[in-house]
Amino acid sequence: MKNTAIISRLLPVLTFLLFAASLFMVFIYVPTEETMGIVQRIFYFHVPVAWIAFLAFFIVFIGSIMYLWKRQIIWDTIASSSAEIGLVFATLVLITGSIWAKPIWGVWWVWEPRLTTSLVLWFIYAAYLLVRSYASEESRGARFSAVVGIIGFIDVPIVALAITMWRTQHPGPVIFGGGLATSMLITLLVCLVAFTTLYALLLIQRVSLKKRENEIKILQNDDLILEKDTGG
Amino acid sequence: MDKIGSPSEVYTIEVKRLTKSFGTHLALRGIDVAVKQGESVVIFGPNGAGKTTLIKLLATIMNPSSGEIFINGFNLKKNAEQARRSIGVITHQTFLYSNLTAYENLQFYSKMYDVPDTKERIYQVATMVEMVSRLHDRTGTFSRGMQQRLSIARALLHNPAILLLDEPETGLDQQAISILRAALQMEENEKRTIILTTHSLERGLELCNRLLILNHGRIVYENSTKTLDLASLTEIYHQNTKAKV
Amino acid sequence: MKFWNKVFAIVWKDAISEMRTREIIFSVLIFTILVVVTFNFAFGASAETMKLVAPGILWVTFTFAGILALNRSFIPEIEEGCLGGLMICPVSREVIYVGKMLGSLFFMLIIEIIALPVFALLFNLSVLSPQLITITFLATVGFVAVGTLFSALAVNTKAREMVLPILFLPVVVPIIISAVKASGQALSGEPWGELSSWLAVLGAFDAIFIVISFWIFPFIIEE
Repeated sequence: MKNTAIISRLLPVLTFLLFAASLFMVFIYVPTEETMGIVQRIFYFHVPVAWIAFLAFFIVFIGSIMYLWKRQIIWDTIASSSAEIGLVFATLVLITGSIWAKPIWGVWWVWEPRLTTSLVLWFIYAAYLLVRSYASEESRGARFSAVVGIIGFIDVPIVALAITMWRTQHPGPVIFGGGLATSMLITLLVCLVAFTTLYALLLIQRVSLKKRENEIKILQNDDLILEKDTGG
Repeated sequence: MDKIGSPSEVYTIEVKRLTKSFGTHLALRGIDVAVKQGESVVIFGPNGAGKTTLIKLLATIMNPSSGEIFINGFNLKKNAEQARRSIGVITHQTFLYSNLTAYENLQFYSKMYDVPDTKERIYQVATMVEMVSRLHDRTGTFSRGMQQRLSIARALLHNPAILLLDEPETGLDQQAISILRAALQMEENEKRTIILTTHSLERGLELCNRLLILNHGRIVYENSTKTLDLASLTEIYHQNTKAKV
Repeated sequence: MKFWNKVFAIVWKDAISEMRTREIIFSVLIFTILVVVTFNFAFGASAETMKLVAPGILWVTFTFAGILALNRSFIPEIEEGCLGGLMICPVSREVIYVGKMLGSLFFMLIIEIIALPVFALLFNLSVLSPQLITITFLATVGFVAVGTLFSALAVNTKAREMVLPILFLPVVVPIIISAVKASGQALSGEPWGELSSWLAVLGAFDAIFIVISFWIFPFIIEE
């Protein structure tokens, strides 16, 4: 208990510090890139956000497998919390991708392999969450979305492969081709760590919130039974 | 797990510490029951008590959250497939395909249950439920009572040693009810084990030799039916479920 | 062998049921041809343009038809709790999956066998090449492998007609891309070597998802 309390106090502070460092590095420390200019700085947010979108999906995958195997609600809680966060990050990938594309190529969207795969990922996240709400009962929703989580995760690499093969035949804009200077690499790494810490923070918060919700539901069920026994 | 002379060799159905939860809702909170071959057990209980859940678990339509079920010595967790050969199920859902004729429905289930001498057996069960004349009509054209009668035939097709019935009298006409009663009594003579849920205390007393009352997922009362009459059972039921029958 | 006897018992039962009403097969067929014709109006232009868009049109059409076909896969099992009737039979859950999958496969192949010549007629293209037939077969297997799984899932939800496409379309993106590209090459008369990478993607998808769906299916139908 003590350890989790310490972590839950330290984590927000750590996240804040890392983001402060990231902002400094992105806007002050790192030099402007030659070809794309200032706009290129969005790279330091776009890449980590994409990384988190896929990391979150991996957690959804693990949580889904564990839930179907062990049938313990905590695994479904972890999977669904990660899916919610993942959807937000997947949306951010698409938005930052657009913001980047417009000044550089003059269009809001480019069918670049990684961006397109992120789009499909977004739809699979959406399907995961929709299936939960459309199921007739909660336990079914948990089971069905676990299936979507597993199938989706296995599908994404195949999607990426197919899209890459497709775009190789029709080369288009490339989001980032060249190598990275040391300062850029360091900046990118700091941002990656910052976002990963943010993800961990959000996940822990969301999971503990859901756990409380479930505990309340169980208590409510017991209360209903007590009512029936004494009142009826 | 199975020792010599262990209960699973003596009992046809054995339920140990069975629980079933649906997410946060605990439908069955620890059921222990053992049924010998040839016994007929009626399960009473108000709506939501867990009767249908228990039947579905015995029928292997659902899996337990914890605990074990043994049917004919088979642990349902490992050998559900073999156990199903000896189980017949009758519920208010008939498991019949409306576009198929009665004959085709029975033929399909014969294949699924590896019933030998399909044609003869189909005619046999159809005769038992008085449906031979309508065998080649689509079940979609049947009345409710006829569909239920056919469902009884379907359940008996593979000569199961165990019959599970979940509120079977719902939506049955008089003819179907008397056929069901006759079939059950015949089954008793053949030493079939019967588990039956019903809201009708009277029918339960009449058809079975043992009773359980379920409430909020637990067995709250158990007895033999021979020593009870309807009046005392009503009183006991009311006491144990604090609900009007 | 008992496995396959029971699988075919399910396929046969579904086939008889469908042949009695014939409502699904005719409506899907008419829908398919209608979609092809509508695309023709949407893109209708020079023979050059049509040659370019033909593969895309073909596979969008088959995808939509596939969704309609798959939606119907588990609907007969809802009435009268028939899925429960299947679950109490002494068969493994996989028998139900394979039975339903093969049923949908045959259904879709019939639609495609009829739709392809119509397509050839309207677009003035030769579709009877072994390449195109192979592509169509592989892609259809992939569709029904995941589609059967999602159909069983969707049938248990509130908005069942919408749930299936929402689940299905993102997941089969690799099939659509591969089928369109490979079909384009096949219609241009390219040799097998050119198509091989796309066929490899289709084959890999089929193999992976048949195995996974086989394994996951019991989790969908059991509580």
